Amino acid sequence: MIGTPVPKEQPPRKLSGPRTSAGRYNLERSDGNVARRRDNNLRQKGQRGLEPDGACARRIVEPARGLSRRQTWRPDVDDHASLKQTPLAALHRALGARMVPFAGYEMPVQYPAGVLKEHLHTRAASGLFDVSHMGQIRIVPKSGKVEDAAAALETLVPADMLGLSVGRQRYALFTNDAGGIRDDLMVVNRGDHLFLVVNAANKDADFAHLQAALSQSCSVEMLDDRALIALQGPRAEAVLAELWADVTAMRFMDVAEASLHDIDCLISRSGYTGEDGFEISVPAASAEDLAKRLLEHPDVLPIGLGARDSLRLEAGLCLHGNDIDPTTNPVEAALTWALGKARKPGGARAGGFPGADVVFAALESGPSRLRVGLAPEGKAPVRSGVSLFASETSQEPVGTVSSGGFGPSTERPVAMGYVAAGQAKAGTQLFAELRGKRLPVTVATLPFVTPTFKR
Amino acid sequence: MLKFTEEHEWLKIEGDVATVGITRHAADQLGDLVFVELPEEGTSFDKGASAATVESVKAASDVYCPLDGEIVGINQAIVDDPALVNSDPEGAGWFFKLKLSDPSSANALLDEAAYKELIA
Repeated sequence: MIGTPVPKEQPPRKLSGPRTSAGRYNLERSDGNVARRRDNNLRQKGQRGLEPDGACARRIVEPARGLSRRQTWRPDVDDHASLKQTPLAALHRALGARMVPFAGYEMPVQYPAGVLKEHLHTRAASGLFDVSHMGQIRIVPKSGKVEDAAAALETLVPADMLGLSVGRQRYALFTNDAGGIRDDLMVVNRGDHLFLVVNAANKDADFAHLQAALSQSCSVEMLDDRALIALQGPRAEAVLAELWADVTAMRFMDVAEASLHDIDCLISRSGYTGEDGFEISVPAASAEDLAKRLLEHPDVLPIGLGARDSLRLEAGLCLHGNDIDPTTNPVEAALTWALGKARKPGGARAGGFPGADVVFAALESGPSRLRVGLAPEGKAPVRSGVSLFASETSQEPVGTVSSGGFGPSTERPVAMGYVAAGQAKAGTQLFAELRGKRLPVTVATLPFVTPTFKR
Repeated sequence: MLKFTEEHEWLKIEGDVATVGITRHAADQLGDLVFVELPEEGTSFDKGASAATVESVKAASDVYCPLDGEIVGINQAIVDDPALVNSDPEGAGWFFKLKLSDPSSANALLDEAAYKELIA
């Protein structure tokens, strides 16, 4: 589902989780920050998580905040006990995946090939991702008219839902009363109902939010009995065409039903990698069978959350919890393209979504800060939470990194973050404070790689 | 003399100088490294202080100084090619040479058998 630029879908968001929550993501963020190698020990000492003890640890931790991923290091047995499993959990183990907690699920962060190879393989051939942890929700209008569901959903999102054609998918944002982003999601018009894909970390809250707002006119159903598999990369179309020839007729953000090996699937041409690709909603009981068949193809490798994050970062796609969250509005997040023309000032159905006044004010006057790409000049990755300064000596930060890491395809560090509007022009030189040093970074145009969507 | 720490570093000790690196287990757990930052020669660290940083695609991790001492040599090759740490962590992928403040302090570290038991 994702496709777009933003996709939510996938992973990204997922990855991150909220920055605060420890449990979730772990992959990324860490919460802990600490994940340093010592975690094991630390843990044994009973420190649960957080920071490690001593001062030295602490030093690292802070800068690292972003580092999040540090967590991968630590197998956290306690946390794993309460984690949910996707229908592909047994397959991940059989494939040799390293499993980590993510958004309440035990998920594969990488397979034996490793994050670098998985990332590069996805851009060169095709990668299969388990994104079954994401929420799949149906909104069925009691009237039987999908327009009624679309109109109801427009009370929660600033996207043009009434203008979404049957068989098409669109990126949308749940806003709050302050104009912030509760979550990002994909919405499909299925003809007689709407089908939504939301972030794993937010799915329960999103479901409650939808039920509270729409239950008069619609029934809202969480589809717990379906898995979601993404097949991404330049060979994805050819691989899928071996199971269903008509897939070649789909364009970016088209959605179609298809029978793959006699398994009824809902396929969207979208993703969270910046590559052409598909997201396949499949009955949970058939998910492993379908995944195995796709993996039999020599062009397909299983890809974990680690590469999913580096792929979406290079593609400039936001991860909810990192790059967008309830405190960032769509204008400063550089997601004004996700506001429907009809929903903006002067449009036929202007406003009518939570926080519209705040969002419109930001449109009118320009945001005070803006999400931008950041290209560190050296080799050191600059990760989430790192402060940005206008000069090597200035005291007050002018921004913060929201996601960052090493880009295997760009072969250099890549990041994105929020900077003061006056510093947001591409080419502006800023400094990231990393481990006590100020390292030069340049404001860059997103994405870092050219998308290959089939428009 | 070969010693190990619970933080997954190895020390090859010759006289009062220890060559320090991270173990195969640590390198495998970290995954593909893309960045290594080493301390400057002449810097002194206390045991447990962060002496180096390694970053994989996904995360940054610290390499702790295993004993009190002064850095008397660094392996620039792993800065230039971090993948060397993954391919040969206990050989060409060494990190730094540490002149020990108290060579006898190494006796308290793990021997190879104890380390293997730790990661088993």
